Amino acid sequence: MRALFIVWLKEVLENARDRRTMLSALIIGPLGGPLLFSLMMNLTLERGRERAEQPLELPVVGATAAPNLVAFLRREGVKVTALDGGEAAANAAVHSKAARVVLVIPEGYGGRVTRGEPAAVRLYTDTSDTSASGERARATALLRAYGAQIAAWRLAARGLSPLLMQPVVVDEVDVSTPAARALALLGMLSYFIVFATLMGGLYVAIDTTAGERERGSLEPLLTLPVPRRAVVYGKMLAASAFMALSLLLNLAAFTVCLRFVRFDTVGMALNLDAGVALAIFLVMLPFVLVGSALMTIVASFTRSYREAQSWLAAVLLVPTLPIVFAALYQVPSRTGLMWVPSLGQHLLIESLLKGEPPRPAHVLLSVASTLAIGALLAGIAARLYGREKILG
Amino acid sequence: MIALESLAKRFGAVEAVRDVSLTAADGRVTGLLGPNGAGKSTTLRLLYGVLRPDGGRALVDGLDVAGARRAALARLGVLPHNAGLYPLLTARENIRYYGALHGMRGAALERRIDELGALLDLGAVLERRTRGFSQGERLKVALARALVHNPPNLVLDEPTNGLDVLATRSLRELIRRLRDAGHCLLFSSHVMQEVAALCDDIVIIGAGRVVARGTPEELRGSVASGSLEDAFVAALHDGSG
Repeated sequence: MRALFIVWLKEVLENARDRRTMLSALIIGPLGGPLLFSLMMNLTLERGRERAEQPLELPVVGATAAPNLVAFLRREGVKVTALDGGEAAANAAVHSKAARVVLVIPEGYGGRVTRGEPAAVRLYTDTSDTSASGERARATALLRAYGAQIAAWRLAARGLSPLLMQPVVVDEVDVSTPAARALALLGMLSYFIVFATLMGGLYVAIDTTAGERERGSLEPLLTLPVPRRAVVYGKMLAASAFMALSLLLNLAAFTVCLRFVRFDTVGMALNLDAGVALAIFLVMLPFVLVGSALMTIVASFTRSYREAQSWLAAVLLVPTLPIVFAALYQVPSRTGLMWVPSLGQHLLIESLLKGEPPRPAHVLLSVASTLAIGALLAGIAARLYGREKILG
Repeated sequence: MIALESLAKRFGAVEAVRDVSLTAADGRVTGLLGPNGAGKSTTLRLLYGVLRPDGGRALVDGLDVAGARRAALARLGVLPHNAGLYPLLTARENIRYYGALHGMRGAALERRIDELGALLDLGAVLERRTRGFSQGERLKVALARALVHNPPNLVLDEPTNGLDVLATRSLRELIRRLRDAGHCLLFSSHVMQEVAALCDDIVIIGAGRVVARGTPEELRGSVASGSLEDAFVAALHDGSG
């Protein structure tokens, strides 16, 4: 136990003097995410807001053939501009991003409308351009509304009630709280948190295994009359200490940085105050052990500092994958998922940010299973350290 | 006292050490001499417990390194080949780390470090971070680290590799001084002149086996020319043939 503490203390002292460790544990890891994230968030919100407030710009090819439609669009506040050159011009305008949507009125449109036949119009758009989705939705909705209006007139002209056209009426009731809406964007927050946590221990884990071997200081260390377990655990706990520090700084930085994101302007609220940050810290703490054990295991297989660095960069992605997956597919919080390290933490963090206290059983399951998996990985790391091959 | 009894170690198909037995007595310097790849380092690694033997055993003051590892290692100071230091720690901190892991602490440990600093002539270097130390300074710190718990037995693997003349000379003096204080010293080298100048007993190994042993005089007497170099070559030749 004393040996473990001596190893821990020495690793903490040595790494605290290492500029690379401190840079990644205290600055890049914890602060990079919050700054980048709040900047991105502000830009996104800003752009969305500007877009929603601005009138829809809609270049129309063959506008003269559909005066009623154009008049309807103008009444709805659309800035209609005439575009010459036919479909090719429409295609080119969308392709070159000169316009986000272009409406094309084909020849013969007027005649078909007069005869009461389905009259096609074409809406050019680029679905791969996600920034155009708002314009696309607005233009489509307006054209549908215009079509519905004509249909209603036609029915009325034949003495039928336009209500016949609406056998089912869909009324969307939005039950999401402002905080829950913010969450769609904030789903990636836990990704940044996990990443910063791992970054905090990255260089410590490399230095205490591959680095030590490369310097030739591992062999004399292993000739000392102390159990190897004490050496490995001391080193892993040193990495864990830096990870916990990085996590703490990261949460503090997020708490401050996200204050400056104007969530309120889009009717969202973010539930991240000091109390929630502390709860997230506690929920994340068991994961620190998994991370440091995992990195130690991987680093113990590598031959050099450089090799360890490239392998660990890949390992950084492993715990973040379940989070990316969960965020993309909006995985709901379920008991069956809580035991998975990093995924459980992600779901708990999500609950906390939503302002919904997570179920005690969920917290317990996540903490217990993460600690158990961490202990298992730590045991494996200790075994790997006991091998003769550890000297390379 | 160090005793190796029929040590054997193989790595896959390679038999690095086949059958090495030797005794290194207290108050004597024993040299393990052999060409590169003869199994010197493997033998020493088996002795200080970072490798486990496939056969035979290594005893430190009668304690089996495999069975009573910690008790045996506590009586052993080790300077592995190309031993590295922690560059961000001072020389004192490097030495203190090992002392603490040997169970020493407090004022007694600091006194011992001062003592070693004087013994090895470390001077002001003791309080400097070891990054940028010369080869000689690094070796002195590594030696101080190996000696911090005042072990009765000391193992040095090719300690003079890469040292300049002056550093080699002061290392030799130190080894003699430790011998005169009653320590048991075992060191390996592939440089025959070095072994000849320093050792009370010589064990020559080739291809993982002991091929000759004796005092320098005995080995010289075994060949007609009376030269230690001829004795070395002859032993290796007989051993492999």
